[in-house]
Amino acid sequence: MKREIPLFLTAVIGAVMILGFFVPHPWVSVPTDFLQQSAVIVVAFGYVLGGANVLRVNLEGIAKRDRDWPYRVVLIAGMLVTMAVGFFVDGPRFQAPGTPSIWIYNNLFATMNATLYALLAFFIASAAFRAFRIRTLEAGLLAAAALIVMLGRVPLGDFLLRPLTDHAGLPEWLRTTPLGAIQDWVMNVPQNAAKRAILIGAAMGVMATGLRVILGIERTYLGGGD
Amino acid sequence: MNVSHDLGTWVAAFLTLCILSFVYKDNPFYKFAEYLFVGVSAGYFIVLNYWTVIYSNLLDPLRTAFGGHVEGGPFRIEQGDYRALLVIPGLLGVLLFTRLSRRTAWVSRWALAVIIGVYAGLKTTGFAQGDLVAQVQASLQPLWVPGHLWTSVNAIVFTVGLLTSLLYFFYSREHKGGLGLATRVGVLFLMVSFGAAYGYTVMSRVSLLIGRFQFLFSDWLHLIR
Amino acid sequence: MNLSALESLDRRWIFLGMALLVAGPLLFPVGLPLEVSKPTQEYYDAIAAVPDGSPVLVACDYDPGNRPEMVPMTKTTLRQLFDKHCKPIVLCLWNGGPGLVDQTLEEVADEYRARGVDLVSGRDYENLGFKSGNEAVMVLMGQGITNAFPRDQRDRETRTLPVMKGIRDYSSFPLLVSVSGGYPGTKEWVQQVNSRFHLPMVSAATAVSAPDYYPYLQSGQLRGMLGGMAGAAEYEKLMHEKGPATRGMDAQSLAHFFVAACILLGNAVQWSRGKRGRA
Repeated sequence: MKREIPLFLTAVIGAVMILGFFVPHPWVSVPTDFLQQSAVIVVAFGYVLGGANVLRVNLEGIAKRDRDWPYRVVLIAGMLVTMAVGFFVDGPRFQAPGTPSIWIYNNLFATMNATLYALLAFFIASAAFRAFRIRTLEAGLLAAAALIVMLGRVPLGDFLLRPLTDHAGLPEWLRTTPLGAIQDWVMNVPQNAAKRAILIGAAMGVMATGLRVILGIERTYLGGGD
Repeated sequence: MNVSHDLGTWVAAFLTLCILSFVYKDNPFYKFAEYLFVGVSAGYFIVLNYWTVIYSNLLDPLRTAFGGHVEGGPFRIEQGDYRALLVIPGLLGVLLFTRLSRRTAWVSRWALAVIIGVYAGLKTTGFAQGDLVAQVQASLQPLWVPGHLWTSVNAIVFTVGLLTSLLYFFYSREHKGGLGLATRVGVLFLMVSFGAAYGYTVMSRVSLLIGRFQFLFSDWLHLIR
Repeated sequence: MNLSALESLDRRWIFLGMALLVAGPLLFPVGLPLEVSKPTQEYYDAIAAVPDGSPVLVACDYDPGNRPEMVPMTKTTLRQLFDKHCKPIVLCLWNGGPGLVDQTLEEVADEYRARGVDLVSGRDYENLGFKSGNEAVMVLMGQGITNAFPRDQRDRETRTLPVMKGIRDYSSFPLLVSVSGGYPGTKEWVQQVNSRFHLPMVSAATAVSAPDYYPYLQSGQLRGMLGGMAGAAEYEKLMHEKGPATRGMDAQSLAHFFVAACILLGNAVQWSRGKRGRA
């Protein structure tokens, strides 16, 4: 019963949700509305659970004196201070301008979040030099599309390349077409065609997986054990 | 030099430089900022989800329903106003915490079943209507438009690209002969789309670095407007 | 040309090059001319076509990690809406985003208040705040916006707010603006709201996501789209602004050329190594 009841629940709820798409009658729309409301609440508990797990894992690391245990103390301290301020100092209006919670959000969370992602710019340049290898026709086409898009999407593209293409042995119509227009064509025609194919294929895959989950064929979400 | 006098800006600038120092090499300043970020994020997400969902969508409506502040009592249910019925998702949410112990983890499957059922249903219909039906419908375009040669050429190229790319994902037959040729053309279109995606990804990542430099030069050092 | 010295180039030189080429144009701007692309023009036109004074749903699904692309787009969109006396109803489905979204909205509102325009939160615009649940929230709003958001960002009861009077569900809005940093975002709004409730939509997306949304643009599910910082800069141009996106385009240009040069140089090094190996 530890697996059968959850599987039954998933099947019934999934079927009701699909039925809710087609049937506007209150006998169906009210249960689907309640299930969506329930999902919103349970997902929120899931985030709290995630936070609790972070606390548990790092407290264990500190107790065992892991290699990075002093940093884990920093982690726990940051977490507890943020929670204390949010729950006991600011309360439900913790997001109002000027609160200590918003100070923590702006100067700690937002700053570090943005900077961690900004590091990627360096690595993308380094990877372009060290790992981007054009050895086949396919790789060459990928590189050509990347170069056209990168240079055509910025104002400097045409500005710098125009003097070069004017002297190359290119046809008149190509020499006078802005790189931006070529970039537009690449995005709207060949790129769009392939993306749409991926979209359609992925849609069929998701539909198949959704039906497998609802019918109980796909059970990996239950985890191992009995 | 006219720099910022705001403590928060200095703290933010310090943490920004701590993280940027990673490009030279991994160091204690970067590690400190990284662990601090994880801790503050976890704490912030807990506070956010408690006040904006658990309190707002669960505890406050339950308090209102059982506190005698509503007409009809706590068990008069209608669409959008579930009153006492909200105890069920509340209980399911609490049951999620049984995952923290290996012995009781199986209980959390009930809550997971609700989430999985809801999202399986939503995603199945969403992808079917929004991606499959609408996209196939949009693909049915005239291949020859009299008087508009370039539009016709584009439509033909588009349709060939779409069909050959779709055929590439057909794995029920070996890609040989005519199918092999078609899938090879499909691969070329897919490579163009991956190249375009790479180009846009470069733009996105560079933008993030520009944003950080704008903060350091403008908000902190007041070097630019 | 002997490129063998570059084979063992320390990647930190590449990092330094990137840093200098981004920092330089920010400190010494050039101001290269921008051409407005068709998707950006369509985005602008779709918002311009909204009847003046209408409520418009603005889904700001991003966090500080996408700030340089998303915030300029959000601000310019809000300015276009305020210029038309529209009432933006803003929400956020990303955990890390609500503080940034609220700050962005209030900064734009403050600009108008400084010019003497009487804008009051809860009457002329509204921030519904954050809700977890992704697609479930989107469909839940279809039965009633205030059912999903009983309290707003400021912990006020949404049903009692003047701006929410007359707003029931998606049929109350002429347009949805999805400012999207990833998942959940434009794709999910298209699938769950545009397809199911037929609410017209435009998208302001990060450059990473924008190529994925071209099929929606071509099919008409999206009426217009901004893509990345370049799209944000083009939109600023249409609105006659010189905002942070426009100021960042010089740096963007040089950085793109740098990455393109890295690709070509890296392959030239590889090719010359192969040639020496065969010689």
